[in-house]
Amino acid sequence: METHSKKMAEVKLFRTWSSVFALRIVWALKLKDVQYDTIFEDLSNKSPLLLQYNPVHKKVPVLVHNGKSVAESLVILEYIEETWKQNPLLSEDPHERAVARFWAKFGDEKVLPSIWEACNSEGKEQEEGIVKAKENLKYLEEELKGKKFFGGEHIGFADIALGWLAEYKNVFEEVASMKVIAEDEFPLLSEWKRTFADAPIIKENWPPRDKLVTRYQAFRETNLLNKAPK
Amino acid sequence: MSGERVKLLGNWASPSALRVKWTLKLKEIEYEYVEEDLPNKSPLLLKYNPVHKKIPVLVHGGKPIAESLVILEYLDETWKQNPILPEDPYERAQARFWAKFVDEKCAPGIMSAFTKKGEEKEKAAKEARENLKILESGLGEKQFFGGESIGFVDIAAGWIGIWARLVEEIAEVNLIDTVNLIDTETMPVLDTWFKRVLEVPIIKECLPPQDKLLEHNKGFHKMLTGGSRGSS
Repeated sequence: METHSKKMAEVKLFRTWSSVFALRIVWALKLKDVQYDTIFEDLSNKSPLLLQYNPVHKKVPVLVHNGKSVAESLVILEYIEETWKQNPLLSEDPHERAVARFWAKFGDEKVLPSIWEACNSEGKEQEEGIVKAKENLKYLEEELKGKKFFGGEHIGFADIALGWLAEYKNVFEEVASMKVIAEDEFPLLSEWKRTFADAPIIKENWPPRDKLVTRYQAFRETNLLNKAPK
Repeated sequence: MSGERVKLLGNWASPSALRVKWTLKLKEIEYEYVEEDLPNKSPLLLKYNPVHKKIPVLVHGGKPIAESLVILEYLDETWKQNPILPEDPYERAQARFWAKFVDEKCAPGIMSAFTKKGEEKEKAAKEARENLKILESGLGEKQFFGGESIGFVDIAAGWIGIWARLVEEIAEVNLIDTVNLIDTETMPVLDTWFKRVLEVPIIKECLPPQDKLLEHNKGFHKMLTGGSRGSS
């Protein structure tokens, strides 16, 4: 059909192999069975194309569709949802949509920074960081009551936005020798992590774990050094 | 569905609540307004927004929604008259991008310039100005971010025209050097847009009284910066 092929015409995703934000876009495109090309960026040496397509933030991911660029992962997710209607990530009901957006935002503004902070600190600072992270996670645990996914029966917008928890959190915990999501404290979240990580499209697209561990180990070392009193 | 009762929990001095008021007015949605005393939050607020305990919260048919930009999208999807987001997915993405930019870059920058002192304040003001300049680039040649009439980004960013001026005036009080955030020379387009937006009837009608707002923020400033060195 003409409109279908027009939409499929040219989709490019600028990403790095490890970015959690870019991974969301991979998941969404694959869930909707959208064909796309990947351009891997070296962030220490950004391509002129990336700078042209995302002049404001100069970051990945950037989605380019028929030559027009969209930046910011949650904005890209909404664009994908509105452009390719198959396998919807958001409910049709406005209230449920609002709830999904709320949790996606919460994930990015509270959960991720608090876990990242705990991953990049040690001793008492880390202990306090873990307490803070757990406070945030309790809300997610509560939200999962009676649901298989944040999206209900199927993976939805909020699951994709929070999906990094299913793997990266394990990596962070290993790197920083900490435990944030314990089975007994967060039974629903633990189950969600397993179910999400096991879904075929998700399972096939995790970056290599050992590479991630090495990478975040390096980050942690640098960050700890920067924090040390000089 | 849209016929059910609408309630807004807000605060008269909050820019985020103002966004929601503007949208409700634009779409001619009747609602009950509940003024929250923020140092003394109501059980209702804590019940409706247990995660953040903040305003604004929209309650529709008993179901709460928090976070002003999320509320704006909800209002647009539930009440279709006078849409604030365009129909085209790419245009919608642009609108969401800029609204996010306002919240993640412009707002904290302005807050920083307001709360810091001395050299740190100058640095914060410089960064705030840079971000406002970037915001200006999103406007292009248009009358409003929404095109011929106000839209999502105008509503998301309109408060800056007032609050930036407050910061300029208040932060100036304690200092020798002036701190101009919206410079008519370096940001003529943005400056013109602010003036234009603030003249739009529904925008103008919802604005809190300026003198009250000034006094309120002077109080904040004192509290946040530990007071002035000289007389207040």
